Order: sequence, then C-alpha cells, then structure tokens
Amino acid sequence: MTAAAPDLLETRDVSVSFGGFKAVDRVSLNVKEGSITGLIGPNGAGKSTLFNAIVGEQACDSGSIRFRGKEIGGLTPDGVYHHGLARTFQIPKPFAAMSVFENLMLAAPDQPGEHFWVPVVARRRIDRRESEIAERAREVLAFTTLESVAEEAAGQLSGGQQKLLELARVLMSTPKMIMLDEPAAGVNPTLTRVLIEKIEQLNADGCTFLVIEHDMDLVMRHCHTIVAMSNGRIIYEGDAAGAQSNETLLNAYLGATVDA
Amino acid sequence: MIGFVSYLVFFLTITAILAIAVLGLNLQWGNAGIFNGGVVAFFGTGAYIMIILGGPERGGEFGGFGLPWPLALAGGAAAAGLLAILVGLATTRLRHDYLAIATFGIAIAIEAFVRNATYLTGGAKGIRGFERPLEALIDNPFLYSLFFLALAVVLLIIVYAGLSRLVSSPYGRLLRAIREDETAARSLGKNPARVRLEAFVIGAVIMGLAGGLYATFYAFISPQDLAPILTFQIWAMLIVGGAGNNLGAMLGTFVVWGCWVASGYVLSSLAPQELQLYAGTLQYILIGLIIVVTLLIRPRGLLPERLQVTKRPGPQNTGVISNAGEQYQS
Repeated sequence: MTAAAPDLLETRDVSVSFGGFKAVDRVSLNVKEGSITGLIGPNGAGKSTLFNAIVGEQACDSGSIRFRGKEIGGLTPDGVYHHGLARTFQIPKPFAAMSVFENLMLAAPDQPGEHFWVPVVARRRIDRRESEIAERAREVLAFTTLESVAEEAAGQLSGGQQKLLELARVLMSTPKMIMLDEPAAGVNPTLTRVLIEKIEQLNADGCTFLVIEHDMDLVMRHCHTIVAMSNGRIIYEGDAAGAQSNETLLNAYLGATVDA
Repeated sequence: MIGFVSYLVFFLTITAILAIAVLGLNLQWGNAGIFNGGVVAFFGTGAYIMIILGGPERGGEFGGFGLPWPLALAGGAAAAGLLAILVGLATTRLRHDYLAIATFGIAIAIEAFVRNATYLTGGAKGIRGFERPLEALIDNPFLYSLFFLALAVVLLIIVYAGLSRLVSSPYGRLLRAIREDETAARSLGKNPARVRLEAFVIGAVIMGLAGGLYATFYAFISPQDLAPILTFQIWAMLIVGGAGNNLGAMLGTFVVWGCWVASGYVLSSLAPQELQLYAGTLQYILIGLIIVVTLLIRPRGLLPERLQVTKRPGPQNTGVISNAGEQYQS
C-alpha cells in the first residue's frame, strides 16, 4: 500500500445527532484503497454511530459519503451492501435458528429465488445459482475454519465463532471493503489470531478494511492508518508511531496506560 | 353409524378449511415472524366478498353478481390480499406485540363495520342462501358432503404443496432470516420491508381463501363468524402443531379443533339445563389453557420447525436434517 493510493471511502462533514446530542460531529474520514484502517477512541466517541451512518442504518443530519467515487449517503443498508461495502456487528447478529451453512447461503447476492414468484416459474435458474452459492459457501467455511460447525444452529456457536461467522457471511459477496465493529472483543487469543490472519490474507488479496477495535496492541501492529475519535470528532489521523506520541490522543484515550 | 360417519365428514371438512387458514398464518408467523393478531379480518373478508360476488340477488342490498363459484372464491381471496396490502403498509413500522395489537384492532373494526354496513353485508343477520358448487347435480346430501370434503382437501393439498415449495426455496430462507434478525438481513443486502409485506399479503390471501370456502360450505356468513375467538383458535392450532412447520400446522388444526368439538359435546351433554348457556364459555377457557400448556411443556409444538429446510443442490448434499429443538436442549 502506498500513500498515493486513492480513497475508497470518503466522508465529508458527516454529522449525526440524537436529540440535542451530537454523536458524530462533522467527521471527514478517508480510507485508502487496500488499507487496513483502525478506528479507535473511548466508548461513546461515536465510532459505531459513524459505521451506522456510513451504511445507511442511521440517517445523517448532513454531510456526504462517497464510496468508490459514488455518493452512497441516503442509501439504505441493503443498497450499500450491493455497492460492495459490507459491515459486521459489535454484538454478533447470527440468524440463530438457521444453520451456519444457511447463514452463509443467505448472504450471497443475486439469488433470483429470493422473489416469491420465481420458485413457481424458474426452478432451474434457482438451482443453478444455488449450486454456485453453495460452492462459495464451502470455500468461505474452509477459509474461516467453520467447516466443523456448518450444520449447527448459528445461535449455538461460541461468541468467538459467531464473530467468525459475521466475517464469513459478508465474504459471501466478495465485498471491496469490510467494516468490522470490534472483531476481537470477547474472542479468545487463539481465535483472535485466526481472525487477524484471515483479515491480513483478505487484505493481501485486495480487500480494504475499516476496523473499530479496543485492543491497542492489535491496532498498532496491524493497521496501516489509525483514526481516533473522541466526543464525535476526529482527533487524530495518521500512522501508529504518531498515534503513540500524539498529545491529544494520549489524553483522551491512551492516557491511562501511557501515563502510568 | 351413518350419523357418526356423516358427522366425521363434517368435522374433517371444517378441519381442512381451518387448516388452510392456519397454513396462511404459519407463513406469516412461523416463517416470517409477523405477529398477525387479526386473522379473522382476512378470513372474514374472503368469506363476505366470495358470497357477495357469487351469491344471488338480495332484495335491494348490494351484491348478487352471480359470478361462477371459482371466480367468486378467487375474488374473496384477492380482496383479503388487498386488505392486507393496506394493513401492511399502515403497520409497516410496527413489530411484535405492537403489530399484534394493531392488527387485532383492525379485525375488531372490520367486524363492527360488517355488523353495521347493512346495505353491503346484510348487517347482523348476515348473508344466507348461496347455491353451493354442483349442489344441483349431486342431490344426495351425504354424497354432496363427501364431495365437499374432497374439494376442501384438494384445496388444502394445493396450498400445502405451494407453501412447502416456497419455504424450501431461497425465498423461505430469506423469510426465516428476516424473522431471526431484520437488521442483519438488511446489512446483507436484503429488503425486509418488501419481503414482510409480501409474506403478509400471501398469508392473507390464503386466509381469505379459507374464509371463502367456509362461507361456501355453510352457504351463510354473519358477523358472528368474525368474532375474535376464531383468531385465537387459529393461533392455538399453529402453536400446538408447531410454528414454522407446515405439517405441524395441519396436525395442530386437527388436534385443537378435535378438542374444541369434543369439549363442546361433553359440556352440552353433562352440563345441567340451566347452565347450558355458560358451558360455551368454558370452551374459551380451554383454548387459553391449550396455548399455555403447550408453551409450558412443548413450546415448539408437536412437530417443531426443522433446522435446515432449504433444498440443497449439488452432490455434497449430506441429507443431514437435524432438529433445532433437540440441539437447543443439549
């Protein structure tokens, strides 16, 4: 990744408020194509709200959001997903009563059988697409080491496995960029290592990441760019070395550990 | 003996008609997680519109179009679907108990409308005098009741086969995903609002079909048939049978309707003369009891939903169908 890489995701002056409270305050964020960008900051800084605003789950008061040069502000989350921008959730949202395999099958795009009249008229077209999707699902299962639990109800998985499932599901559509909301929170060290390894592999294959994470060791080691937020604003944007010596950031977030 | 057999035929006919409505509710609740508390509104709309479209002239009142029966039946089902589009759009932001309360209220409003719009619906006296299909041709009443049972069962099988195909297709998977987590489904490129409305309307059309068939069978419909108890009975059938499982929905209909009829028989033969009027209310308690007991001892119903129901393509199909209920217990 070079500094000259173009911006894949670009927000300009995005604001979100809940009543009188400004959760996100004129945030302009750039994510370079091919990067792993870390988004850090104390709880309540507005990181998850920014995520929700980018994918259209949360309406913005103002500002613009561009992805691959196209304005995506105002789109609904399903529209954003089809543009190649996917997200995972801080608290996993598995389709609990469905098997892991079905969770993956569902996440694939372009299944004509998802319109109710098609099962009646074009069974063959559905089956052809199902075979393609199933093949992709088996690849993704192997990649994310979830093969052994493929037939289990997703609600039965451990917290760490559910985090992996979150990643696995969005991989079904081969997105250009994935936004991960605290992928390592509550995950045991072994699974965290697997998760990081997979993220690095996907990144090497050209997938861009924007990652909210509180594990500073992980962020400093694996993120190319670090963006820090506090009270709804961006207070730092730069590399890991700069982040560790930045006065404002130390006070707002990292302070406690460094001062001691 | 012939009395018992003819009663059995009558019982099975009603069971088949109600089972169609329960299948409609199963699509809405069992598969898509839409809490419809006003089943009777769609059932009743199908019944009334069928009889208005297909029935004879009624001295000055609206109706008497004398359409052929299949067209009248389809018209009734379509009207129920139309109502569902309006209700669905009006309640698009409501979920769970809020949606149940709203739809329940709509059903009450429709019952009140039907009771008072005399010009359209005959008011409290209802609409009677409907020539049932092929009744003139089959002049033996017992043979005709057999014929009608066959008709109801054929329609039930068609609805069952169609729904089974739908829920085992990718569309069924989409419904279940939306039932499990709408936000997650939306984040994966799906449009829950569209799919919920579709499932609500398809379910309502099926309920309307059942209602039309019901009015055909009795050649009569009145506001009495739109009482809220029918909504609860249909819910009880689905809960007892197993929400999410179409076979369960049909089994539940048989069991609950059987209990209802048997308890009515027992009460009417045991209760002393002066208490006969109150005996019926015990049946209402029975419906509540059945729901509570089922939820306590077998919350997923007699035939619980199976974990994996989408048809798997390809040679790797393992044929493994495990039972989600058993896994939850482990």
